[in-house]
Amino acid sequence: MDLNALTECLVSTSCMVTQVTSGFIIGMLLFLVAIGLTLIFGVMKIVNFTHGAFYMIGAYLAMTVFQLTESYTLALLGAAVGACLFGIVVERFFMQRIYGGNVLMQLLVCYALVLILDDLVRIIWGPEFKSMGMPDAFRVPPLFIMGGVVPPFYLFLIAAALSIAVIVGLAIARTRFGKTIRAAAHNPSMVSVLGINTGLLFTGVFALGCLLAGLAGGLAAPVRSLTPGMGFSILIESFIVTVIGGMGSILGALVGAVLIGLIRTFGALGFPLFTEALMYLAMAVVLIVKPSGLFGREAA
Amino acid sequence: MTNKSLSSMNRRGFLVAGAAAAGTVSMPWVAGAQAKVIKVAFPTILSGRVAQLGTSSRNAALMEVEKINAAGGLAGRTIELVIRDTKGQPQEAARVARELVNSDGCELMIDAEASTGAFAVHEVARDLGILCIHTNSETSSLSADPKLKLPNAFRCARQGIHDSVVGGSYAAEIAKAKNLTRWATCSPDYAYGRDTTAEFVMYLKQFAPKVEVISEAWPKIFQPDYTEAITKILQAKPQALYSCLWGGDLTSFIDQAAIYALFTQMQFYAVNMADYTALTAVKNLPAGIHSGNRYIKTFPATPENAAWGDAYKAKYGEYPTNWSWQNALVINFLAEAAKKANSADGKKLAEALRGLTIKSPFGAEGTVTMRAEDQTIVGYAVGWGTTIPKEPYVPEMKSVPWQRIFELEAEWKKSKGFA
Repeated sequence: MDLNALTECLVSTSCMVTQVTSGFIIGMLLFLVAIGLTLIFGVMKIVNFTHGAFYMIGAYLAMTVFQLTESYTLALLGAAVGACLFGIVVERFFMQRIYGGNVLMQLLVCYALVLILDDLVRIIWGPEFKSMGMPDAFRVPPLFIMGGVVPPFYLFLIAAALSIAVIVGLAIARTRFGKTIRAAAHNPSMVSVLGINTGLLFTGVFALGCLLAGLAGGLAAPVRSLTPGMGFSILIESFIVTVIGGMGSILGALVGAVLIGLIRTFGALGFPLFTEALMYLAMAVVLIVKPSGLFGREAA
Repeated sequence: MTNKSLSSMNRRGFLVAGAAAAGTVSMPWVAGAQAKVIKVAFPTILSGRVAQLGTSSRNAALMEVEKINAAGGLAGRTIELVIRDTKGQPQEAARVARELVNSDGCELMIDAEASTGAFAVHEVARDLGILCIHTNSETSSLSADPKLKLPNAFRCARQGIHDSVVGGSYAAEIAKAKNLTRWATCSPDYAYGRDTTAEFVMYLKQFAPKVEVISEAWPKIFQPDYTEAITKILQAKPQALYSCLWGGDLTSFIDQAAIYALFTQMQFYAVNMADYTALTAVKNLPAGIHSGNRYIKTFPATPENAAWGDAYKAKYGEYPTNWSWQNALVINFLAEAAKKANSADGKKLAEALRGLTIKSPFGAEGTVTMRAEDQTIVGYAVGWGTTIPKEPYVPEMKSVPWQRIFELEAEWKKSKGFA
């Protein structure tokens, strides 16, 4: 424990700026993955363990497109669209068969898909770790804001993630598609009886979730080493975020992700040996106090 | 019974008897063919973030096995490496090691696991009594701790303590010249990371007593995001940073730290930087990173070492890693031990290995010895230098005479209660 370091930071503007922005940086990537997870669970009631694999696919696609075109914009587009298309194929051929099924069966199918996708990546890109490198536009010195250090790339990442949060939030709240998703989350059978093609709806939601995960992978690629199986670690943390925020809640995913990010950055200062444990402690507290999550709905 | 059924029975009986006779007669040949092959277990990491540890180990071992088999194998027996992926998980490493011996009939084991799995495999070796040579674990306690000593377990890999003596001495020279008194560390939170960092800091402080470690970060091994560790280091404002992160962890850390301009604010000492894979994986490698030698074909600067590095590259399309030379060396040691013992029996090989010195392109003076007292290699080339972002990557390596390394190592063992 190093409470001195923590208290010194809390009274230092530069430290607070650095640590808070770092918390947001960690949180925003988690949020992009968690939002897809929470959407899929909210509508289809399926715990999608393959979600991390789409993050991985997004990262690899981004790296490949970047190597071919040297354009980060195209790389992000490639990551998002590629992961989305992959998601559609997986949903149509595999996931559709396990909706409403036994939870263990769902877990088994998802785990099998994770292993298959990891091996597919290994076959295509090789088993060794790869590095994309930072795009030229972001290879600039960090900004000093009130004495705190903030890399421009991470500002871009935060802005991108927040924009996506707003767009997805507005889409869910204001568009017909969003209304249908909310209705299906409440009562899928009623939605089906009303003549809405729930099969197509579920494919759309799954594809959207995979698109967001793939985009997260593309955003992370410049600062991560890419390896088969890299999706697993972010998947676990994303589950923690959705549990804390509440399954099915986008706002919950955002708040949960930022909370985890801040716990990690400030925890690393004050409790360097227990930083991971603090995350799980936070999850445990939320589960005890409000089992449905901070913004989740109580079970009827 | 009819004549027809009698004759069909006789024919059937003749066929069965004939097959049985053929099987009995051929069994010695089959058994003989099998005895000509000696299966050697090779559990290693072939997937995940550090798959390169396993693939480069495997490649180097296979390259040497080809040469040894062409020259007659181990005491006339052809080596067959039985390679399995342990995914970098200790429980999987132990399970696979046991299976390779009990089910696959392996008579020897080359444990090409990282330290995470090596200690688990060590216990399997203790249990099964098989000759086991660890080739990738650099945690010194694996061979230094008398509680872990087994007559059938050896280490053919560099050690953290040796790297730390040389690294501490190298870093202390620079620390004293540039008055670098405030240091931070950032190393993976497991046995290798903890032990090696502690050893480096111990020798750094011994040679440069004014040094103070003002901040420590202990990210988990294979952790994808180092942001909180990096910002913590930046807050502490050290003048120098030591890390024994390796492989994909190290390159991730460098990529993430570079956008915080960390390397312009402090000197970076990364013992595992000078591996060709790490050196070439980072797209914009900051100049001036200090590193231990890992594998560099220009150190030792001998034609034999350069030839071996080039031969590996010609065969596999990439330069060897630190894990490569260690696994190549173990095959050479086994071959020489088999010649000495005139046998491929595990117990006899173990006896022959103890104290064995062989010629090697990886030796500081052209030879490497399997030290008898703790059954680990000494005399290999170990040095530190400053990296540049292009070949030869480390133009100048500085080292410490092995005699001095032995003296300091002995003191360390005493201080830990190992001697």
